[in-house]
Amino acid sequence: MAAAVAEAHRTEWAFVLAATIRVTRDLTMAEDCVQDAYAKALTAWTAQGIPGKPGAWLTTVARRRAFDLADKSDVARRALPLLVTDQVAAGSERAGGEEIDDDRLRLIFTCCHPALAPEAQAALALRLLCGLSTPEVARAFLVGESAMAARITRAKKKIAAARIPYRIPPLAELPDRIESVLTVVHLLFATGHTAPAGADLVRRDLVERAFDLARMVRSLLPGDPEVASLLALILLTDARRRTRVSDEGHLLLLADQDRSQWDRSEIEEGLHLVAAAIRKGRPRRFALMAAITAVHADSPSWDATDWQELVGLYDLLLDAWPSPVVALNKAVAVGFAAGPAAGLAALKPLENEPQLTTYGYLASARADLLRRLGRIPEALASYEEALAVTENEVERSFLSQRIADLKPSG
Amino acid sequence: MAQYLMLIYEDEARWAEAAPETAEQVMKQHEQFVATHKPILRGGHALQPTSTATSLRRERSGGLAVTDGAFVETKEAVGGYYVVEAADLDEAMAVAKDIPAPFGGVEIRPVRESS
Repeated sequence: MAAAVAEAHRTEWAFVLAATIRVTRDLTMAEDCVQDAYAKALTAWTAQGIPGKPGAWLTTVARRRAFDLADKSDVARRALPLLVTDQVAAGSERAGGEEIDDDRLRLIFTCCHPALAPEAQAALALRLLCGLSTPEVARAFLVGESAMAARITRAKKKIAAARIPYRIPPLAELPDRIESVLTVVHLLFATGHTAPAGADLVRRDLVERAFDLARMVRSLLPGDPEVASLLALILLTDARRRTRVSDEGHLLLLADQDRSQWDRSEIEEGLHLVAAAIRKGRPRRFALMAAITAVHADSPSWDATDWQELVGLYDLLLDAWPSPVVALNKAVAVGFAAGPAAGLAALKPLENEPQLTTYGYLASARADLLRRLGRIPEALASYEEALAVTENEVERSFLSQRIADLKPSG
Repeated sequence: MAQYLMLIYEDEARWAEAAPETAEQVMKQHEQFVATHKPILRGGHALQPTSTATSLRRERSGGLAVTDGAFVETKEAVGGYYVVEAADLDEAMAVAKDIPAPFGGVEIRPVRESS
């Protein structure tokens, strides 16, 4: 039974919470009610069996608790103003049960509001949309529990006090607001795909959460090409998961990965989504990022990689979403399309970019280009520079190995 | 409905160097802003520069220290404000986007509701 409740926790949390917030108009009170419903499920489902629609069952129980609390006029003593929400058709609202509106989009847009700091948006997404506890969210971002608790409390307080609304943004604002949501999901995936620090290259828990969120957003906004593209990007990147680390635990670069081990079904789904997204008109940021990943996923071998195509896609991406990190990736692609000297020249203007000063991939990209040019002492210095700012153990051991290989023997 | 205080922060040095035509143009933009948003404006003024400010600070001894200048010296200082009524932060942000602030930007502060 615990497994059934855990499964419902993972798949239904956001739905149940979003519907309960509608009643409480207070995030923390709604969380308490939902937590309470899951606790009740454990005993009720053991006694009566698992309901046909676990999400509806949990929602009914959580909302009943919310109505009870509201009736008890605790409201007068509340510390925060009520959430601002749009009008909902009255009627079946209080009856609850089977026909409960899906409020998840409202919750998603509230959590990922651009007036909240990016790290607060990501923390709220894990907490409110994925149902992670504060200690779990703290572990996900490698920060202390009390610091994370403070971050979440502060964000909730801002939502209430500044009146960040609990509603779906108007059509005119939708593209920007969707991008804000997708940025959060992408940040969670990127953090899981290559952990910024620690012993493991991949943080599978975070990758799974990002997948859940990407699929949730996709199911709620099925027509949006950027939403489809982010899911494609995650699928196409994650398809390589089995091949990124060798049996001995060493980092394997794209060039050295066994492509026969890539996940074909994820690649097929990803390619299909990108193709459909790009047909919908001028591609934006995530469509272009997914298209870039698709070029690699679709290439039968490293040597067959279409680097010209990649350089062209990076140019379009720089146009749609200028960022020094994108420019760095483009320089790497230029290094393969036109040779390491051209790559180095493309890297040069980025050397003084403040955003890249502690970004290890700048030094490691430079190191690789220098190594291929035979400029070994300079390559060594760049690998050392990369090592100094890299905190992931698997990446550190890769850089150390490169240094050992290049050092004159003796 | 809630009220939001819109604080216009700008670099005073750049204002001092600005051509008279620029100042005139920005004033026109403010007039236009006021005309557009009149129904929801609850107040607002341009302020004299911080060189005219006087700050009073309660000392530990209980006395009051009077100093010449702004409370906190910063490159960008409040040069004006509006009070706007809006349903939520999204509405407030949409209004704030229309406030001219060529040498800085706008900070939106929710006014605390009195209970």
